[in-house]
Amino acid sequence: MSDSVLFDAPGPRTVRRHRLYGVLGLLAVLGVLAFVIKRFYDAGVFEGDKWEVFVTPDYVRVIIVDGLLNTLKMAGAAVIGACVLGFLLGVAKLSDHRLVRWPAWLVVEFFRAVPVLLLMVFTWFALGINNNGSSFWAVVIALTLYNGAVLAEVLRAGVNAVPKGQREAGYAIGMRKTQVMNIVLMPQAVKIMLPAIISQCIVALKDTALGQYVLAPGLTRIYKQIFLEFDNRVPTMIVIASIYIIINLLLTALATWLQHKLVGRKSPLDVTRIGNMQGGENTGGTI
Amino acid sequence: MQAVLDNFDAYLKAFGYTFALFLVSGFLSLVLGTLLVAMRVGPIAVLRTAASVYVTVVRNTPLVIVFGFFSFAAPPLGINFKWLDVSIGGYDFTTLFGAAVASLSLYTSAFVCEALRSGINAVPLGQAEAARAIGLPFGGVMRQVVLPLAFRASLPPLASVQIALIKNTSVAAVFGVAEATYDMRSLLNDFGATQKFGIFVCFAIGYIVIVEVFSFISYRLERRWRVAL
Repeated sequence: MSDSVLFDAPGPRTVRRHRLYGVLGLLAVLGVLAFVIKRFYDAGVFEGDKWEVFVTPDYVRVIIVDGLLNTLKMAGAAVIGACVLGFLLGVAKLSDHRLVRWPAWLVVEFFRAVPVLLLMVFTWFALGINNNGSSFWAVVIALTLYNGAVLAEVLRAGVNAVPKGQREAGYAIGMRKTQVMNIVLMPQAVKIMLPAIISQCIVALKDTALGQYVLAPGLTRIYKQIFLEFDNRVPTMIVIASIYIIINLLLTALATWLQHKLVGRKSPLDVTRIGNMQGGENTGGTI
Repeated sequence: MQAVLDNFDAYLKAFGYTFALFLVSGFLSLVLGTLLVAMRVGPIAVLRTAASVYVTVVRNTPLVIVFGFFSFAAPPLGINFKWLDVSIGGYDFTTLFGAAVASLSLYTSAFVCEALRSGINAVPLGQAEAARAIGLPFGGVMRQVVLPLAFRASLPPLASVQIALIKNTSVAAVFGVAEATYDMRSLLNDFGATQKFGIFVCFAIGYIVIVEVFSFISYRLERRWRVAL
């Protein structure tokens, strides 16, 4: 740990002490795990017939087609919509005209401050509950509005993260404002933004699970159907959670790979910052 | 709009629950997140791994499923909140509230951990070396140099994590806590035919007020404690 700001390189006695703590820590972690497994075992979570459904081809198909595919459809539609909306709002927020900039600012601030679930419930009622596809579209529209507002901030921060000289050079060789934006700034901004957009995909994918409250199709609907039929709440939960986690980890790996390939190790955009209500004004800093 | 004005007591009470969820789980998530980050940057490999596995798993699980865990999977583990039966001035904090607080705190603490870790990573090595060079002991290095710098550097991401928490309290509605989103859905059920938009705007404004007040406070703190690293 000599490369850490917190500790010096440990001496021989400290190494021994750390080894002791390591063993104690391992025992504690194993103890907690053993307790959980024992209690789950007593409650019958690990009985074979509760897991059988997940190796039955018919049900696996139901999980993948009705569950995963619908979830991915909702997330995919929302991400595409959010990219379009985010692009429009982001460009509007960068505009020099107050009449364009302020409404865009208002829309972005509104949809970032309102919970997605609230939007979802409202859209669901607005579309009409009885209408068959309304819950699907409620999820898509709510996620589009929220993620679009976030992506607008990402776009603005991305354009601002392009070094100032680039813009000046564009003007210096006689380009117009639109040309500077389209030819010089935007291509570079998109490159910087890509990892952040992928991270936003993870957010959208996770939020599709909220569709449960508006009876949307997808993994959470399948979850309910399966445990109602087989009375295996906990195993089903473990399986559904694992599907989400695996897909999200794949997306994270993609974002990291893109980050290294396109931007370099230090990102000028930090997504956690863009979630900040002050509109990512701290982006491009030294941290 | 009229529907909300007629039920203004219920409206206020619903946001009272939202605010209570935010305060309690915000505090708990800060404590747990600090513990996690201590494990994660500490010198003991086992705890480092355990904390990073926890953070990775929780960050990638939808909050609804975390809630589901505390509603259905935790009771066989002996974790139910049946012992919780507090009522303060007309507000009842019982089983459902306890499960919601546990889910929100455990979920948010993973993000708090990441925010704090980014702050610790932002402290340049030279600062700690300089502190050691003038003869400060380990406690002094931590207390007087590293932790203040790290905390200030993590303030913006911490604030956005807490703002996300305010919005995430709405998920408690799915599991039956009578907070704002739950209240909006029942109002929409009763008056949705004619007053959809008004009801939505009223509830949206409630959330916006909480979020903006919090972000204003954190913005002022950020300004005051800004540090050039």
